[in-house]
Amino acid sequence: MSGLPILTLLTFIPVLGMLIILVLPKENPKNIKITALLMTVIQVVLAGFMMSGFNYNAGGIFDQASFQFVEKFRWIEIEGGSWIGKIKIDYFLGIDGISAPMVLLTAIISLIAVISSWKINTSVKGFFALFLLLDTGMMGVFVSLDFFLFYVFWELMLLPMYFLIGIWGGPRKEYAAIKFFIYTLLGSIFILLVMIGLYFSAQEVLADGSKVYTFNLLSLMDKSNYTADGILSPFNPANLRLIAYIAMFAGFAIKIPMFPFHTWLPDAHVEAPTPISVILAGVLLKMGTYGILRINYPIFPEITVQLAWYIGLFGVINIVYGALVAMAQSDFKRLIAYSSISHMGYVLLGMSSLSVAGINGAVLQMFNHGTITAMLFLIVGVIYDRAHTRGINDFGGLATQLPMYTGFVTVAFFAAIGLPGLSGFISEAFVFIGAFGYEPVRILTMIATSGILLGAGYMLWTLQRIFFGEKKEKWASLTDLDTREYIMFIPLTIIIFLLGVYPSIMLDIMSTSVNSLVDFISNNSALSSFGGI
Amino acid sequence: MNDPLILYASLITLFLPVAGFALVTFSLGRIKKVFIGEISLMAVSLLSSVYILIDKLFLHPGVTSVFEFSWISFATGTGNQPINVKLGISVDSVTAILMFAVMLISFLVHLFSVEYMHGDKRFNRYFGYLGLFTFSMLGIVLTHNLLMMYIFWELVGLSSYLLIGFWFEKDSAADAAKKAFLVNRIGDIGMFLGILILFITYGTFTFSEIFAGIGSGKLPFDSEGWLTAAGILVFLGAVGKSAQFPLHVWLPDAMEGPTPVSALIHAATMVAAGVYLVIRIFVMLTADAMVFIAVIGALTAFISATIALTQNDIKKVLAYSTISQLGYMVMSLGVGAYAFAFFHLITHAFFKAGLFLGSGSVIHAMHHEQDIRNMGGLRKKMPVTYFSFLAYTLAICGIPLTSGFLSKDGILAGTYSFGLLTGHWLIPILGFSVVLLTAFYMFRLLFKTFHGKPADLHKYEHAHESPFLMAMPLVVLAVLSVFFWYGLNPASPDSAWFVSKWIDVPAKVVPESSNFSFMNTTATGGESLYNAEYTEAQHHAHFPTMIMSLLFDIIAIGLALLFYIYFKLNSRKLAAALPAVYNFSLRKWYFDEFYNGVIVKGTLLFSSVLYAFDKYIIDGIVNFSAYLTKLISRVSSAFDIIFVDGLVNFTAYINGFAGKHLRRIQTGKVQTYLVLVLFALLTLIILFKP
Repeated sequence: MSGLPILTLLTFIPVLGMLIILVLPKENPKNIKITALLMTVIQVVLAGFMMSGFNYNAGGIFDQASFQFVEKFRWIEIEGGSWIGKIKIDYFLGIDGISAPMVLLTAIISLIAVISSWKINTSVKGFFALFLLLDTGMMGVFVSLDFFLFYVFWELMLLPMYFLIGIWGGPRKEYAAIKFFIYTLLGSIFILLVMIGLYFSAQEVLADGSKVYTFNLLSLMDKSNYTADGILSPFNPANLRLIAYIAMFAGFAIKIPMFPFHTWLPDAHVEAPTPISVILAGVLLKMGTYGILRINYPIFPEITVQLAWYIGLFGVINIVYGALVAMAQSDFKRLIAYSSISHMGYVLLGMSSLSVAGINGAVLQMFNHGTITAMLFLIVGVIYDRAHTRGINDFGGLATQLPMYTGFVTVAFFAAIGLPGLSGFISEAFVFIGAFGYEPVRILTMIATSGILLGAGYMLWTLQRIFFGEKKEKWASLTDLDTREYIMFIPLTIIIFLLGVYPSIMLDIMSTSVNSLVDFISNNSALSSFGGI
Repeated sequence: MNDPLILYASLITLFLPVAGFALVTFSLGRIKKVFIGEISLMAVSLLSSVYILIDKLFLHPGVTSVFEFSWISFATGTGNQPINVKLGISVDSVTAILMFAVMLISFLVHLFSVEYMHGDKRFNRYFGYLGLFTFSMLGIVLTHNLLMMYIFWELVGLSSYLLIGFWFEKDSAADAAKKAFLVNRIGDIGMFLGILILFITYGTFTFSEIFAGIGSGKLPFDSEGWLTAAGILVFLGAVGKSAQFPLHVWLPDAMEGPTPVSALIHAATMVAAGVYLVIRIFVMLTADAMVFIAVIGALTAFISATIALTQNDIKKVLAYSTISQLGYMVMSLGVGAYAFAFFHLITHAFFKAGLFLGSGSVIHAMHHEQDIRNMGGLRKKMPVTYFSFLAYTLAICGIPLTSGFLSKDGILAGTYSFGLLTGHWLIPILGFSVVLLTAFYMFRLLFKTFHGKPADLHKYEHAHESPFLMAMPLVVLAVLSVFFWYGLNPASPDSAWFVSKWIDVPAKVVPESSNFSFMNTTATGGESLYNAEYTEAQHHAHFPTMIMSLLFDIIAIGLALLFYIYFKLNSRKLAAALPAVYNFSLRKWYFDEFYNGVIVKGTLLFSSVLYAFDKYIIDGIVNFSAYLTKLISRVSSAFDIIFVDGLVNFTAYINGFAGKHLRRIQTGKVQTYLVLVLFALLTLIILFKP
């Protein structure tokens, strides 16, 4: 492996871009845009370079030796007084098969979002500076292996998002931004509490034999590191781990967002400018499910098993409820927002299966949801830019007017419906295979299959209302896609087709790690009737 | 034996049509005559399928060629079987025959469409979609596993959606396309669940491996009931795709698509995919599952035949007729007449494609008139169309010397034997009554369209025989509706080559206890499905079947003559005399009204209720907590101002007050101080006097 600190570069290249943008004169917005574009292009190249050196057979999850591109330094070291002891926090980065697809996704979606921001013309400097900061926050979350560092990145992404919605958003932007901010912050508090609880429960042995409390996620996964009386220690008779699990799960669930914590999402989407919706749906939501997989699952394996059915239940509620509510929407963007909630339900359902097939499906669904839903929001943006309305019933007959646009929309819609040959099908299929194979969530899975029908229902209905029927006179001036829009759509379309026809490209990246995650959970819990598939 | 030539030929046949689709799509409308390229690719594909047909029927009969590769594989936790999803194709005589039939009809439809679609603004794209459809359909035919079946199953659904909604400017077409996709999805969910059950039990999607697993005694959740359930669930896919009751409602609406599309997709090939699916899973169907399938098929055949009696749109009559014939095939599989189901699938594909293309020829000539009440007398204007249409009509009614007679009589004999063996008489009763209904509505259609006096003289005057590219496919299909392609003896269904030579009827793999006593299983060592008991029953069924079906045909045709040629009977008066019966048939048993009124409206209502719940309750709670927080903060702010700050200010006030008044004694005059000290001293002495 080369000595290049590739994860640090991936994470902080955007900050570098931000600094450059801050010193650039605001009179020349083009330079600012090009800087941002350049940084995200470099990020994609770096991510590609990272994947070229990625070892497909390394498990990761709980084992530092099989994490890749690891960077680990002492970051903070304070003498904390007699009862806290030494505080040592590591700058600890590394990826495995679960984070690698997310890193890739973040890089790709950020680039696409920059292209889609090209038409932002108000306070360009501020927009791109905040955007790049956001990019760093997201990337950092996916590569951090130290809980403290993870939390720092998690919070880091919150602030730029707040301003990006609150300043560049639609008519109710302040409401949406505040709602997003407070809701996510509420979740963060839960995560913070559990983080501190865990910190005081486990001790890591240093090279000199002394013991210190630790934020190292991998150390927190190892039962032997826990003290007998630690507040969240498995050996503590006053077992608070269940409550801690639920609290942290709720913190992450807000981000997914999981019913009933989902109402910030449609508002945020409707008010956010297109590129921010793309980031929100493409990357941000995955941080919730990623957090659960990375932290909840291996740190509390026995509780994960205990609560799997509930995770599946909420997954199914997301799927069915999201789809039904989507069906009642007349605002195109709000409809896509609810469909996004519905599709994130598949991730939860797959995770609840505690099986390799199901979790593979879930992680793949995270990636596919990222590309497909990002494309759907771009689609909304294209038509909103031209028609200045998102009312589904205002349109009609656009298929003859905008044939190329209609073509891309059809691909994206059918991908969202889960048409075989496109990426969404594979991930949904594995989610169903895994969940159906795990006896406790089998009935839930059968209910969830109704989502396949409901999803097709609202998508095709929308397709019909916007594109079919007679051409309308008032839209006669709309123009078809321009070059910039082709550049946004074509890569996503290629990914959607490629992963539909040859999903092994992505499944091979993740399956070793998912396998060790599942093994780790089964070895560290009383899970006897384990999912066979 | 795996002849690589078969592999190459199969891949050529499979992929050239989709290459045609890609060609049309990526030409982006810049190449004016790109459809010629697409048709040329189809021609090569057709030739390739002919090669496979000859190989499988004559050169290497009885040989199944299998080719597969691993598509997705990963380990699944210590101690578990790894997942290995294989894609692959399996080519046997059934595959070869159906591939050829699909390719031939598809090619003929292409030729027909060149004239029929002439001048359409999306002319090239139409051919692209036909290519996509053909590819998807061939995928279904070739697959050796359930997953690929499901994949291509959805893809034919997509191409069907695109082609039904081809004229999407019309709301009715867009509605019909959506309806077709969604109704099919209902069946597909069942099919998907069935596949899931089989996959988690046997760890494979491949047919042969699943059957081997069942044969070895391993059952889903260790229960024969679940094996039945798995079979029925997978069959639900066929209920959707082959438009079986109660999911048949999409097919009549699908007639909104261009008529050649109706011929190819919604009559000959795609709708038969459901039957093909049941053929592929036949060996794993338990006795209970078979009875279920037979009853669904029989009900479908009967219901749709009664609806066809009163329809006036030429394509709607044919659509209900298609549903009815598909019901026949499904019923046939349910009663175990395996080879005849497939035989009928093929003969029906040819004559029904012919009927639709014939109707297309009529519609084309009549300038998009589809109502048979406005037709009449066309036989003189369009002799080629008329005579070919007559041939198909005879075939669908099962008149001797036609292909339909052979396949249909076999099916009816099968139901009759089934009645004899099991006592399920409902199935043959429905089956035979459909003969009567079919002959009547088909001859009604024939007479009203081609005989009698023209109802609309203006349109009649302008009608003309169709050009060569449209007439030629009609002739080819008419010739294929004659018996000698299928057997030399026109009176003996059992000696047709489909039954006697080409199709091996496999023994079942289900446990003995959930099988019919008259069918063999692999466990009992049977090579073929039927044992002596069944052959005996079949022998008894043979003669009565033929007599009855001929008798019913004669009665029905006679009635049709009396109604529509000689006018001895008056259909309008009959309808007026029995309004309830007439309307029940005319309104299609009110299925659409029920589904729209109850299921669609119910779902939409439920969805708006949920949205209101989301908006006012869930989000209401969120906003209320925000409001509450604000309220609390106002209250605490008030508290802060009034009490906390009030206390502070009060203290200050007290101090100020005290200071203000006490400072009066701070006069700075020594005399006053001395008086005060003296006064204080006196007070202390008085108070603490010992």
